Amino acid sequence: MKHIKTLNNANLKESAVKGGCGECQASCQSACKTSCTVANQKCEK
Amino acid sequence: MIHKFSLNGYNIILDVYSGAVHVVDDLTFRLVDFTDENMTPQVPAKAYDALSEYSAEDIDSAYAELFEIFNRGQLHAADDYEKFADMMINASVKSMCLNISHDCNLACEYCFASKGGFGGERCLMSGETARKAIDFLIERSVGRRNLEVDFFGGEPLMNFDVVRKTVEYARSKEAEYGKNFRFTITTNGLLLDDDKIDFINREMHNCVLSIDGRREVNDRLRLDWGGKGCHDRILPKFKKLVALRGDKDYYARATYTRYNLDFTNDIMYLYEQGFDQLSEEPVVSDPKLDFSIQESDLPRIFEEYETLAKKLIEMKKAGERINFFHFMIDLDQGPCAIRRLRGCSCGNEYVAVTPQGDIFPCHQFVGHDEWKMGNLNDGTFNTDIKKKFARTTIYNKRKCRECWARFYCSGGCNAINNEKNGSILEPYGLYCEMEKKRLECAIMMQAALAD
Ligand code: SF4
Ligand code: SF4
Repeated sequence: MKHIKTLNNANLKESAVKGGCGECQASCQSACKTSCTVANQKCEK
Repeated sequence: MIHKFSLNGYNIILDVYSGAVHVVDDLTFRLVDFTDENMTPQVPAKAYDALSEYSAEDIDSAYAELFEIFNRGQLHAADDYEKFADMMINASVKSMCLNISHDCNLACEYCFASKGGFGGERCLMSGETARKAIDFLIERSVGRRNLEVDFFGGEPLMNFDVVRKTVEYARSKEAEYGKNFRFTITTNGLLLDDDKIDFINREMHNCVLSIDGRREVNDRLRLDWGGKGCHDRILPKFKKLVALRGDKDYYARATYTRYNLDFTNDIMYLYEQGFDQLSEEPVVSDPKLDFSIQESDLPRIFEEYETLAKKLIEMKKAGERINFFHFMIDLDQGPCAIRRLRGCSCGNEYVAVTPQGDIFPCHQFVGHDEWKMGNLNDGTFNTDIKKKFARTTIYNKRKCRECWARFYCSGGCNAINNEKNGSILEPYGLYCEMEKKRLECAIMMQAALAD
């Protein structure tokens, strides 16, 4: 494509179908203790 | 819903519900305004008028590309996640903050925990209460293997013997119950010695080292009870810990206040001292205090996040290893959409325990008795409060429903929402603005690093 460069494979929808296992980190605890940007956490699957 | 922004020479379109991120040229950046979830292959006539400085041919070709990503489900994708909102209501508790010490050997001016005491009596957690906390977690974490326990305070090193024994106790139960404990510790560093460093590096999955950066910045607010700064006493100890840590996780964790809005310099200072895993957050404090962040500081803070992001891009491109927690974002392998509906999971999957055995939704609710969920000694645990938190998702926070950042931020910090706006459901605007800026910087960095 000439005008658009897509950085990722959109996968939020797919992740909802497969997700919800609950094994990933729950809280803001490990790096800051005052906020939670979930987007920077890792998926455990 | 889309969110578009230009930063550092990149035009970025984020498609909120699919999570797709597109870097586009100037024409496409403007043309996308003429599209919506009902777009057709036909270019809307008004687009030609509005973009008359471009040739019809260029407009047609950019539009065709927009239509292509629309067809792929990467533009104006639909929001169909609300049906998952109730999925975690009966989730197990699997994460715990153990306030092992309600006492501190520092008295930092900005401490949210009233200089370690959390507004109550200064005391240490007994080994017995800590063991009960571990038993509680094992019992309540049905179906979950990975359990997180953070030793927090106050200053946890003031009660290190109990930390040690608690780790031993939990480890002794792992095989029997099929659990994997991940311990973390948050420390101010003053009491670190070789023996403690060795134990922490062996047993702690992550550790958070509190230091605010440059000596004059750190020593202005991170003071001992005698009013003396701690920089020179903690720095060599933290360096030693990190040098011996191998590739295990840690963060050098700084707080910035109104006094150091040029905080990129603190991050760089810490990097020069040998710390490459960094985290820095705005102070949480009463707006009346001199060092508190004000609404009027936002433009300066935004500028500073941009400065930091540009600096990090430059360093990463030069092959340097440096990681800033708040700009970490994995556009492909991040957490699933279900996790993203409720962020930290405080009060639901996560609780905090005090030396008295009281259970709170998280460390920042400790001391606010109206939020007490139960007590380990009398075996009480209020599942109504748990359900209330479980239902606290981006779909029942009015402001988040409209917000482009909601699958990244996940609804902000419930404790801060409650403190500032009197409700866990009402996000605190100042933090929202900072969070959104950090996300824009993080996404822009991905674009720059993909160049
Ligand atoms: S930035 Fe604010 S409004 Fe947006 S999702 Fe986060 S808490 Fe909600
Ligand atoms: S409510 Fe705030 S402080 Fe508490 S766990 Fe959640 S993000 Fe962290």
